[in-house]
Amino acid sequence: MSHDHGHHKDTFITKYIFSIDHKMIAKQYLISGLLMGIIGVVLSLFFRMQIAWPEESFEVFKIFLGEKMAPGGVMRNDIYLALVTIHGTIMVFFVLTAGLSGTFSNLLIPLQIGARDMASGFMNMLSFWMFFISCVIMISSLFVESGPASAGWTIYPPLSALPEAIPGSGMGMTLWLVSMAIFIASSLMGSLNYIVTVINLRTKGMTMTRLPLTVWAFFVTAIIGVISFPVLFSAALLLIFDRSFGTSFYLSDIFIKGEVLHYQGGSPVLFEHLFWFLGHPEVYIVLLPALGITSEVIATNSRKPIFGYRAMIASIIAIAFLSTIVWGHHMFISGMNPFLGSVFTFTTLLIAIPSAVKAFNYITTLWKGNLQLNPGMLFSIGLVSTFITGGLTGIILGDSTLDINVHDTYFVVAHFHLVMGISALYGFFAGVYHWFPRMFGRMMNKTLGYIHFWVTAICAYGVFFPMHFIGMAGLPRRYYTNSNFPLFDELADTNVLITMFAIVGAAFQLVFFWNFFYSIFKGKKAPMNPWRSTTLEWTAPVEHMHGNWPGEIPAVHRWPYDYSKPGHDEDFVPQTTPMKEGEVELHH
Amino acid sequence: MNGLLILLIIVLLGVAAWQLSKIFSLTQLGTKRDDSGVANDRDNNINGYLMFAFVAFIYIVTILSFIKCGSFVLDTPASEHGKEVDSLMNISMVIIFIVQTLTQFLLHYFAFKYRGKEGQKALYFADNNKLEAIWTIIPVIVLAVLILYGLYTWNQIMYVDEDEEVINVELYAKQFAWEARYSGEDNTLGKANVRYIKDVNTVGVDMSDPASQDDKVVAEIHLPVGKKIHFRMRSQDVLHSAYMPHFRAQMNCVPGMVTEFAFIPTLTTAEMRGTTMMMKKVNGINKIRAKKSQALIAEGKPALEPYTFDYLLLCNKICGASHYNMQLKIVVESEADYKKWLASQKTIADAVKEANAPKVDPAAVTPEAAATVVVDSTKKVAEVVAKK
Repeated sequence: MSHDHGHHKDTFITKYIFSIDHKMIAKQYLISGLLMGIIGVVLSLFFRMQIAWPEESFEVFKIFLGEKMAPGGVMRNDIYLALVTIHGTIMVFFVLTAGLSGTFSNLLIPLQIGARDMASGFMNMLSFWMFFISCVIMISSLFVESGPASAGWTIYPPLSALPEAIPGSGMGMTLWLVSMAIFIASSLMGSLNYIVTVINLRTKGMTMTRLPLTVWAFFVTAIIGVISFPVLFSAALLLIFDRSFGTSFYLSDIFIKGEVLHYQGGSPVLFEHLFWFLGHPEVYIVLLPALGITSEVIATNSRKPIFGYRAMIASIIAIAFLSTIVWGHHMFISGMNPFLGSVFTFTTLLIAIPSAVKAFNYITTLWKGNLQLNPGMLFSIGLVSTFITGGLTGIILGDSTLDINVHDTYFVVAHFHLVMGISALYGFFAGVYHWFPRMFGRMMNKTLGYIHFWVTAICAYGVFFPMHFIGMAGLPRRYYTNSNFPLFDELADTNVLITMFAIVGAAFQLVFFWNFFYSIFKGKKAPMNPWRSTTLEWTAPVEHMHGNWPGEIPAVHRWPYDYSKPGHDEDFVPQTTPMKEGEVELHH
Repeated sequence: MNGLLILLIIVLLGVAAWQLSKIFSLTQLGTKRDDSGVANDRDNNINGYLMFAFVAFIYIVTILSFIKCGSFVLDTPASEHGKEVDSLMNISMVIIFIVQTLTQFLLHYFAFKYRGKEGQKALYFADNNKLEAIWTIIPVIVLAVLILYGLYTWNQIMYVDEDEEVINVELYAKQFAWEARYSGEDNTLGKANVRYIKDVNTVGVDMSDPASQDDKVVAEIHLPVGKKIHFRMRSQDVLHSAYMPHFRAQMNCVPGMVTEFAFIPTLTTAEMRGTTMMMKKVNGINKIRAKKSQALIAEGKPALEPYTFDYLLLCNKICGASHYNMQLKIVVESEADYKKWLASQKTIADAVKEANAPKVDPAAVTPEAAATVVVDSTKKVAEVVAKK
């Protein structure tokens, strides 16, 4: 395969399958991510149905789970845990990490910094295909005899290490680990590429403080990924050792099924440290790109500069730094030294500060704007809303004292779904609506976009708001049914309501999928710059081409947020427009 | 039947989507059909108003949740430190509530107020150091207060004074049951390891340790009110978490190590049952159970037992297929009652001696052992009732 960006004729295979063009790879990531998203959401509906109507028989279970996983249409209790595990894994890693970053970092980094392609197109292609293989392996684990991994997406040993403890820790867990190892390799190749590209391939005039906030977010996200993903890789590797070669990194003094196992001297707490050293930064790996997209979409559609550009960059960097020293707040009651609990409470609550700055800056960006409420803009505003609602409860969970009583309850589920799940998903949707014309050269239908947003927004709150109260009632998460506790009987109706909202919300995602796939083929042809945006990607021709721009790469003369700048006729001044005489550029 | 219902739902959703798109396109009447995919003034107007409606929706959901679900929230802590935890929780909640109400309003109100109009000019406003300083410093101050209060309470809870008089109790977790070990006369728990597990010695007590002899392994927890209980947690197989929500207490049980948590129970089980809050809650629950029972009886199944409140120890760390049913009753009572109960329990030394005594008819041991297993599950109760 050639590495140049020459004008040789593409075959079907080099154009659509083993493509080294960043725009095609972005589309490949997008479509794989969306398909994984469908699987992840459907799994969640299945276990939500079990929570709402415990141990009832459903036709859909008979069809999709089969006689083995749901005898007589009633979901088995270990399969419930398996669904929870695979839902979490798919949504966190495959949809919101690879799907989100993979799509938009690939699409936007070269186009927005003015590069012909990624630094290494071949590595980029390899990154996608390894991601694809890891998807296939993860999905295949749903079909193994003993069931998929069932120890929660956090795969804490010893549960994940011992097939005696739960059937899913047999073949299912092996496939999970293999899939994740390949996933991590893919993610690292992607991240290294993003970092190198941003550092080396910026066009003339594109200084670091003229980068759009999307690129800043992708760049910093890639750095966090490179720092933290290898730690998960090592954690997984040691777990493989414990599982297959009899080492005792995480295991000690275990008596199970009437037998003492040989393991001695290891500690599950070590695994928890290693896991969360990735696991917490992972939250920001998911969230920062979504916030980056939001910054761009909100500024463009407000027809205003993003408020506090430098503070936004500083917040991204501060969040990135702090995110690597807060992992212990997942472990306040893991048995680690309480002094560490104090330290992690301190660092964790610090992270609220840059987050608050970002939220206020978004709100101020809207102030006195001329808001073009396109579907992408609605999702961006929705993101700020759920980011605030979900983020605020972080103040409770990050406080070790309060965490004692809400740890691992539905309060946590509500918190992280709002602050990283829904928010990142909104960022994803905002990005798709906003850059769809750039990706496919066609427009999506806005009416369907509006319906999609409003129903999703209502259902998201309908699902996750009441969930906080269920958590504060002391209901632990990952319970197959609550009917063994009369104490929790009063929560049953609310659980039914939540499941209803979840089903309706999920069903309306079909509106999006219809709109998406219909518009790819039948959408209205997009103009070059439909949102009247300032950034470089809208100066490239609508029809995709290798190398992005036909002639010279455009040079950049100003920052990306000159919207409604006094002294200009149009309400946006593209980055390629040279400064007028006497015109002052902010921040330089 | 299920399939039919689902089909019906899908059809109805389809109709709803179609109707909604009709409404949106009807609002476009009078203008020429706009298929640009870019928002025009009408779109901005409709969605602007919807944004304003949405903040109302958030408030309504909040208020409704408080009305309908507010009573779910754990109330009246049953431990000394629980009061501190709850007061910190309340302060945090009030702060969150205020910030949430204000910021959501501003966000959605601005989205409504500044919705795009032809000819409207946006303000070129890129920076204001003073504003940014304000919303950096305010969170700093608020968080500093919360951090200090939180850390103060945390240290109070987590560090047990060496000289303090405590009752030492071990919580022992395994798939999917709890056991407890009381330290006996010497108030010292004997050494233990899973390698010593044998027959009646289910928690692996090292019988060669003199401190072990008077330890008592039991399947129900009794605690004296007003005394500090120092729990030591162990697990024999996977991670579990000893969660006692009413005491605001939780600690993971980790195989291979001993974890700790201590608290002072302040309300006996009887006192807790007598609080107005709990009486209301139990009444409500029993109403739900009565309703369910009617349905069950109609199907020819036995009715549910009425519920009386008991403190619970739950497992709160995913631990396997039956994680959802790993519970133990906790009884808090007066010191005298506690002592009486404890005295009636067998020491591990006696239990082991008895088990090892020659020619013990195994049939004589089994029913006794079975009687000590507390099954708190409604289902099991229902089954027993059904058999009778």
